[in-house]
Amino acid sequence: MAASPQPASRMQWLFGAIALPQGWRLGAGPIIAAIVLVIIILLAAFAPLIVPHDPMAIDALQRLKGPSETYPLGTDAYGRDVLSRVITGGQVSLFIGISAAIVSVLIGLLIGLVSGFFRLADAIIMRIMDSLMAIPSILLAIALVALNGPSIWSVMGAITIPEIPRVVRLVRSVVLSAREEPYVEAAIALGSSMPKILWQHLMPNTLAPLIVQGTYICASAILTEAILSFLGAGVSTEIPTWGNIMAEGRVYFQLKPSLIFWPGLMLSLCILSINLLGDTARDMLDPRLKKREG
Amino acid sequence: MKFKARTFDDAPNVLEIENLTVRLSGNEKAAPVLDGVSLTIRQGETVCLVGESGSGKSVTSLSVMGLLPRGALEATGGRIGLEGRNLLELGPQAMRDMRAQKISMIFQEPMTALNPVMRVGEQIEEVLNTHTKLSAREKKARVLDIMNQVHLPDVERIYRSYPHQLSGGQRQRIMIAMALILEPQLLIADEPTTALDVTTQQQILSLIAELQEKHGTAVLFITHDMGVVAEIADTVHVMKLGRIVEHAPVEELLRRPREEYTRQLLQAVPSLTPRAARDTPEGAPVLSVNSLQKIYGAHGVFKRTEPTKAATDVNFTIPRGRTLGIVGESGSGKSTVARCIMRLIDPTKGEIRVADQEIATLSRRALRPLRRHIQIVFQDPFRSLNPRWTIGRSLVEGPLNMGTDRKAALERARELLKLVGLPDDAVDRYPHQFSGGQRQRIAIARAIAMEPDVLVADEAVSALDVSVQAQVLDLLDELQKKLGIAILFITHDLRVAAQICDEVVVMQHGRVVEHDSAANVLAAPKHAYTRALIEAAPGRQWDFANFRELESV
Repeated sequence: MAASPQPASRMQWLFGAIALPQGWRLGAGPIIAAIVLVIIILLAAFAPLIVPHDPMAIDALQRLKGPSETYPLGTDAYGRDVLSRVITGGQVSLFIGISAAIVSVLIGLLIGLVSGFFRLADAIIMRIMDSLMAIPSILLAIALVALNGPSIWSVMGAITIPEIPRVVRLVRSVVLSAREEPYVEAAIALGSSMPKILWQHLMPNTLAPLIVQGTYICASAILTEAILSFLGAGVSTEIPTWGNIMAEGRVYFQLKPSLIFWPGLMLSLCILSINLLGDTARDMLDPRLKKREG
Repeated sequence: MKFKARTFDDAPNVLEIENLTVRLSGNEKAAPVLDGVSLTIRQGETVCLVGESGSGKSVTSLSVMGLLPRGALEATGGRIGLEGRNLLELGPQAMRDMRAQKISMIFQEPMTALNPVMRVGEQIEEVLNTHTKLSAREKKARVLDIMNQVHLPDVERIYRSYPHQLSGGQRQRIMIAMALILEPQLLIADEPTTALDVTTQQQILSLIAELQEKHGTAVLFITHDMGVVAEIADTVHVMKLGRIVEHAPVEELLRRPREEYTRQLLQAVPSLTPRAARDTPEGAPVLSVNSLQKIYGAHGVFKRTEPTKAATDVNFTIPRGRTLGIVGESGSGKSTVARCIMRLIDPTKGEIRVADQEIATLSRRALRPLRRHIQIVFQDPFRSLNPRWTIGRSLVEGPLNMGTDRKAALERARELLKLVGLPDDAVDRYPHQFSGGQRQRIAIARAIAMEPDVLVADEAVSALDVSVQAQVLDLLDELQKKLGIAILFITHDLRVAAQICDEVVVMQHGRVVEHDSAANVLAAPKHAYTRALIEAAPGRQWDFANFRELESV
């Protein structure tokens, strides 16, 4: 292979020797997904400034009203503004999704690196991970909520713990193949210490797959939170989350389906955008999939 | 040396490539990958295509097979004629019919070219299923017949075997059987013996020659190994940068090469004549290995298997400034020895003394400061440098571990790059911006940065083109003279060993079978295995660099 003339790019550290094909262009899908996601995030972040009404304010006189100028999406069974609640509901959902992704990726990365490099630790850690994977997150959530009462932290724990083994497995598999590379053996021969080899040589190999995995965790965490809230095992019921709003709307579904429709729409759009972006990231970061197309 | 000297003046042409041009798809400005390649192969003829990596040998063969990667390369001009039809104009269906029936191909890597989850007999049969309408019994008879023709033992058993149950040589025989079962007019062999040991290579080469004789197949043989060319070619075409620079009958080309490039290529082929003996310097050896043993344990809960003795009772010493070669085929234990000495794996028994310290039993932590005395250069230059790190960062990794400060280490890195013949601004670049030979120089610089007493070169030149190989060997020799490093040179290639080693250790099945000065091992081998190795070296009676027979043989 001839020496390529272009200068080393800043992305080299992340992509390694992978060069993005020249003239790489994103399709319409990922761009729309990115725009939708940015809008949802901005709405949630600035919800207190945007919402027309206090999402928690109960007004007994305005129960189950249809769309009007004051209440663009109508009101719910307690007379609260649905639009304000749907916008604010994104806060909890997105917070749980993003932080569950970050926490499980970070913990999984550390455990996975150790497990991939040290044989003895591997044997023990992986059995623990196997048993963690056997716990269904819904049951774990119900157990945690029963123990600690309904709180955002119980939900976070219930979502994060079952995700960690998946990340550990991913990181471990990358480390297992990368540690056989001659450059890792060369580093051993050069007298580098184990933590240094793990962190400087092996960890960067895991970043690209972790970014992709992180998006999937984020999407599934948002979904799980919605399911938990819907079942009543999630965040306490007066805090608006998409799952909570739908759970309350369920009773009045035949009377007023829009109570479920609007939070459901937001949830679907959000999950769909995150997954689309995750797929795009995978296509960009994993050159093996690219090659197959040709 | 007996060359093939058959004439093909009356033989009909099987393949006619005229002015074939292949370009990168959608890039009219870039230089063409193949630039006006013309080549004819007549019935029963073996045409060798030689050239360094990147010269377009494989692209030529893929064009003939119609297997150019779509969207990356395309034939933009010329003609590939077979039986009066232009292959470049055939549709995908017509091209599929051509393959296997008229043209077939064997690949370099017999490990990956076979489907691992399918019995080999069925894989050969699949060719018949696709292209013929025979009854099951006829098909089986035909498969067993071709398996007999490629001299596979116990064909009924092998018919039912999976690829992993066969040796590399047997797998390559299966590939050949698959390629020849429909008796194609043209067989393309793309480096078919490069991944095999020399003794197996010899068997496969004679098998191809035998079957060619029997069926009158025309063979397009792609190789970079001039020894192989001397053994099997009728006609040789030399390629460089997508052009054929010279073609001639084999003896003509080896005796009287016309082009400068061909001369350079031939002169770079290392000679089997050992280097002139050097005096052993005074003083204690810098590396001594004493009854080294490595046994791969057989831990199994359900099955008690015999432990594998990868290396047994290995002894040798290397004095300062001298080179010891370990020669052997795959599985002989030579790499195990190298990895034990580097303590990349832990030896089961024995002593390794480096810099007057016993290191075989030291803990990893206690070993770390001693690592600077012994360094290693690996085979694959594309994997031995971290692709995410700049060259400078790779070069200073070792010195930083040893406590050198960063600025001094970087300064030294620049000097080292100059020492190995690279520009010193290479420190800010990444490995993918360098060629294989340049990367191997960087890997050597990284090892030298530690100022080691011993350098272990594990097949360090095996993945390189001959001309690059010669340069890297020169570099090692020069560094040895300047710095007085002792080199432990692991190789499967006797030619390379002859060029650089003072002493040679020959290993077989984990044991040292012969240990003597390079001159004695190569000129007067005592052990039968050493003799077999030397005899299997292709083109061994020919002195490529001087365009004549070797006098001593």
